[in-house]
Amino acid sequence: MTIAPLDNTTPIKKTRLSHNAVFWIGFSVVMALLIIAPLVLPEFWRRFLTEVLIWGLLAMSSDILIGYTGMVSFGHSAFFGLGMYGAAAALLMFSPPSLLLALAFGLVASALVALFVAYFSTRLRDIYFAITTLIFSQIFYVIIFTWTEVTGGENGLNFRRPPLAIPGLFSVQFTSETMHWFVLAVVAGSYLILRRIMHSPFGMVLQSIRENEPRTRAIGYPVQRYKIVAVMLSGLFAGLAGVLYAVQNRFAAPDFIFFLISGETVIFNVMGGIGTLVGPIVGAGFFLLLRELLGRLFGEQFPYLIPLGVIFIVMIIFLPQGLLGFARRWLNR
Amino acid sequence: MELTAILLSIPWDQILIQTVNGVVTGMILALIASGLTLIFGIMDVVNFAHGELFMLGAYIGVVVLATTGNFWLALLMATLVVALLGAAIQIATLRPLIGRDPLTTILATFGVSLILQNYALWQFGPVARKIQEPFTGRFNLFYLEYPWYRLMIAALSAAIIGGFWLFLKYGKYGIWIRATTQDRVMAQAMGIPVPWVHTAAFAIGAGMAAASGVLFGPLVGVNHTMGLDWVLKAFIVVVVGGMGNLGGSIAAAIFISLLEAYASIWVSPAQAVIVSFIVLILTLLFRPTGLFVPTPK
Repeated sequence: MTIAPLDNTTPIKKTRLSHNAVFWIGFSVVMALLIIAPLVLPEFWRRFLTEVLIWGLLAMSSDILIGYTGMVSFGHSAFFGLGMYGAAAALLMFSPPSLLLALAFGLVASALVALFVAYFSTRLRDIYFAITTLIFSQIFYVIIFTWTEVTGGENGLNFRRPPLAIPGLFSVQFTSETMHWFVLAVVAGSYLILRRIMHSPFGMVLQSIRENEPRTRAIGYPVQRYKIVAVMLSGLFAGLAGVLYAVQNRFAAPDFIFFLISGETVIFNVMGGIGTLVGPIVGAGFFLLLRELLGRLFGEQFPYLIPLGVIFIVMIIFLPQGLLGFARRWLNR
Repeated sequence: MELTAILLSIPWDQILIQTVNGVVTGMILALIASGLTLIFGIMDVVNFAHGELFMLGAYIGVVVLATTGNFWLALLMATLVVALLGAAIQIATLRPLIGRDPLTTILATFGVSLILQNYALWQFGPVARKIQEPFTGRFNLFYLEYPWYRLMIAALSAAIIGGFWLFLKYGKYGIWIRATTQDRVMAQAMGIPVPWVHTAAFAIGAGMAAASGVLFGPLVGVNHTMGLDWVLKAFIVVVVGGMGNLGGSIAAAIFISLLEAYASIWVSPAQAVIVSFIVLILTLLFRPTGLFVPTPK
């Protein structure tokens, strides 16, 4: 009788493709499907898919904080909403409306808000950070809601959709297909940029803050400065999602700064799997699809948030990694 | 001459009225915040569903009042039912999360708050309900007829908080709660059933929120979104007063309510909320551990 060796010496079967190649093949396949989708899907689902991508971008931006830096933000609606109102300002002030100006205004507005929020809230950790971001978003909600002369108050602002244009090159009106492709391009680009940033030394420092903040500080990293940059980065991409949403729906409303949006952003993250960047997009799709199905099964009046809340709690308890949690290590390699 | 002009321009009567208003809302807020701070102190759980428990208490008050017509019975029933509900919520959602990252408990209670809020909307509809005041006597305060009921709310809230404090200080189970707050592991080792103390603390906090909901119901309409406004204020109070510090929360509740009441002399109540936000920001900047606690060494 031979004694089995203690360690498994048989070599692990090498995958023939490198990790990188598999990632890019997977990415291309998903991209190809999403590009073809609007040509196949009926109008309603086309719009639905575009919205999922926008909400996914918002959730992905908040994943930088939740998943990578270990700070749960309950105030992402502020960045999202200020992106919307920034775009609205550009589209109402300049005639003809310009997409580039809308993007610029929205991003500047959300970056300013993010700087303000980041400066104060990063002094605090854990629960205190969550509460402070929540209260900051509520401040902006109150300001926008009550400043009726400028923001339209409760009714919000309506505007025309700008054409898809690069000055001096071309200018075409958006159709629902080009809208989808435009949003898809922005979201995919954001994903690649954020993935690159999270793999960079900067992203590594953020992850080390998540794992052990005192030690990171002891090594000599200025932790608070890193956190401020992380919140700003996150806010910037949330603002980008806000601009996209404003352009798609042609209005800006205070409801989108309300706390509920921040809460849903966190739900998307937890459902999809934090710390994966794509997880939140999947989570947004899962959440919105469930909501749509419940609405169709039981009618529009059905309080869909009750079953979704139950599913959310059950997932926190039994599936804390989220839908894509199993792939977390692989996606971050 | 200058001084008298300035003194005359200050609306003293309004300031006095707003002081009374501020103390009344401050006591209600203190009642909500002390439940919140109890739950936080004992198990590091920030209860996002606290505002919804407050709202649900008010609704149960509406229902019981409609069937029996007795305000005090409504107050008692709402407190008991919501306390039981709180215990059930704690057992179902928070107990499995013991030992996990405290942030997961925020998420779980947030899920609970979504469920409760939408249940209320579904069950009672979006139209605000009214709770009738138990007595309608008024007294003259300058040009106003001020209802006695408001003063009674303040007194009753103070009585509940006082009773709770005595219970924590001298009651056997109160001592269990304080022991668990100080050192969970040691309390367990001394034979205190820590999981049940957690459940009981959550139930007490929920009951206090429900009681304040019923008490506050007559002043404003009862609707399904009232929870969020109050839980935000209570969060501010708990942070300004120092997390997990009962006395600090009460002081901060009155302080912030007074400031908001004075601010609403000049601006609309919706904008007066910003004053408490500013207090919060200043606190975080200069005294992140809380205004009403001794400076940590």
